[in-house]
Amino acid sequence: MIQKFRSYGLAVSMILVLALFAGCKNEHHTIRQAEFSDSHAITITFASPVDADWAKNPANFAVCEKQDPDILADIASLILTPDGKKLTLKLAEPLNQNNHHTVTLKEILSDGKSGGTADVTVKKSYAGYLIQILIGAMIIQNFVFSKYLGLCVFFGTSRKKSTAVGMGITFTIVICFASLMSWFFYQFVLKPFHLDYLQIVVFIGLVSLTVQGVDTILRKVNPKLFKAFGVYLVLVIANCIVIAVPLMLANNEYNVWESLMLALGAGLGFLIALFLMSSVRERLEFADIPKSYQGLPIAFIVAGLFALSFMGFSGMTLF
Amino acid sequence: MPKTTKSNTQLVVSGLLNENPIFRLALSMCPAVGLTTTVMNGLLLGVAVLFVQVFSSCTISLIRNHIHPRIRIPTYTLTIATWVTVIDLLLAAFVPVAYKAMGIFVRLIVAFAIITMRLEVFACKNDLVPSFWDGVGMGLGFLFGMTLLGGVREILGMGSFLGYDLLGFRPLLFFVLPAAGFFTVGFMMAIFNYVETVYNRRKKERMA
Repeated sequence: MIQKFRSYGLAVSMILVLALFAGCKNEHHTIRQAEFSDSHAITITFASPVDADWAKNPANFAVCEKQDPDILADIASLILTPDGKKLTLKLAEPLNQNNHHTVTLKEILSDGKSGGTADVTVKKSYAGYLIQILIGAMIIQNFVFSKYLGLCVFFGTSRKKSTAVGMGITFTIVICFASLMSWFFYQFVLKPFHLDYLQIVVFIGLVSLTVQGVDTILRKVNPKLFKAFGVYLVLVIANCIVIAVPLMLANNEYNVWESLMLALGAGLGFLIALFLMSSVRERLEFADIPKSYQGLPIAFIVAGLFALSFMGFSGMTLF
Repeated sequence: MPKTTKSNTQLVVSGLLNENPIFRLALSMCPAVGLTTTVMNGLLLGVAVLFVQVFSSCTISLIRNHIHPRIRIPTYTLTIATWVTVIDLLLAAFVPVAYKAMGIFVRLIVAFAIITMRLEVFACKNDLVPSFWDGVGMGLGFLFGMTLLGGVREILGMGSFLGYDLLGFRPLLFFVLPAAGFFTVGFMMAIFNYVETVYNRRKKERMA
């Protein structure tokens, strides 16, 4: 059983490494890098020196947030380094670095020759962005304590620590698979055919399918593991989080890595919440509670206290 | 549960009180905690759930003899998902502002345990008419619970009801905090439990 977990850990770390590499890609051959240099500026590094005359003309540049291309940011000044390879665009107003920005460079002139027009996407370090999504879903916007989802299963399975951990692990695995499948279907079937209104039906179908699939495979491949976690599989389907995550990643147009991080964060966040809650509820067994509060009412009040403390994370940004 | 022997009125009343989905069965807690900051939100989601519950119950009770027992759960899920899509599109078209305030919860009705549970224990064993009234009872019970929670939180937190200023001051601002949903549900459940124990004790004394 421990070896099984080791191999899961290996798979997860491999996915993380792949995610790091996925962030590095070139968009235009003359542009090597584009990044936020401070709250007001974007720095673009060119592969070969560009002409100073071209670089000093603000009409050659347009900066906007990727989601609303109509609203252009005002460029206050343009600074080119003496070697002509690094250009800093100073903007009149501060940038929201959480959003992706697009910089359009019209007819890049290098040694008098035009290099064509380039659209460059400027974003924060991709690995950092992914980790932000992961931590965000796990702690800052914890699905149980900050979004109030998945409560039925949460209160049902947090009586004992062993149950809580079993449920948490099963849930994390299922939600990762289900989200990836939903992402795939949304991007390659629902969107191209304009079937967006079928989201709910398709996603819930895929989730049930995943649960059934994991059930069948686990039963055959590892009966011991199935004995330990099989009972929780049925409960996964009754958990709102498992359907909320696909809906959220369809709304936000996440790509495959971002979707995986959101799903993983949701699963691990649920595991954390279950573990915290079960530790408290095991102690509540021995506490002297008024009769009307025994069972669920006191569990709700404990959850409320947790939710209050999780409010302390709100608005936190990491990178 | 075999075929029901209760009358239609009994079905509705049991959904409202002694089998109240929120306070007694403790199912579908997510919206009860997350969406009851105002009466209006609670009321609208309650209506949406009532709609989905009634229509799904009727659909399942009509086709119950044609469903193979092994695929009954997927059938329930897809039936519910269809009706949720209907109400989702209807709300988005006719009450866009309130729809936005409810956020993702309308779509999440599809995962509410209460609806699937009523289909499993009631609608798949009973005829159309009792299933309809059971759906109405459960939906109304949910609506009642949501409105009660929303009312308590809005009056205590904002001093208003349905947006109209009642008290002129805010007695306990704490109750409009999202986290206070847990406390409100906890207190209400405790009150329901207390009333039940007192009621049972009285009944016993009367018998003796």
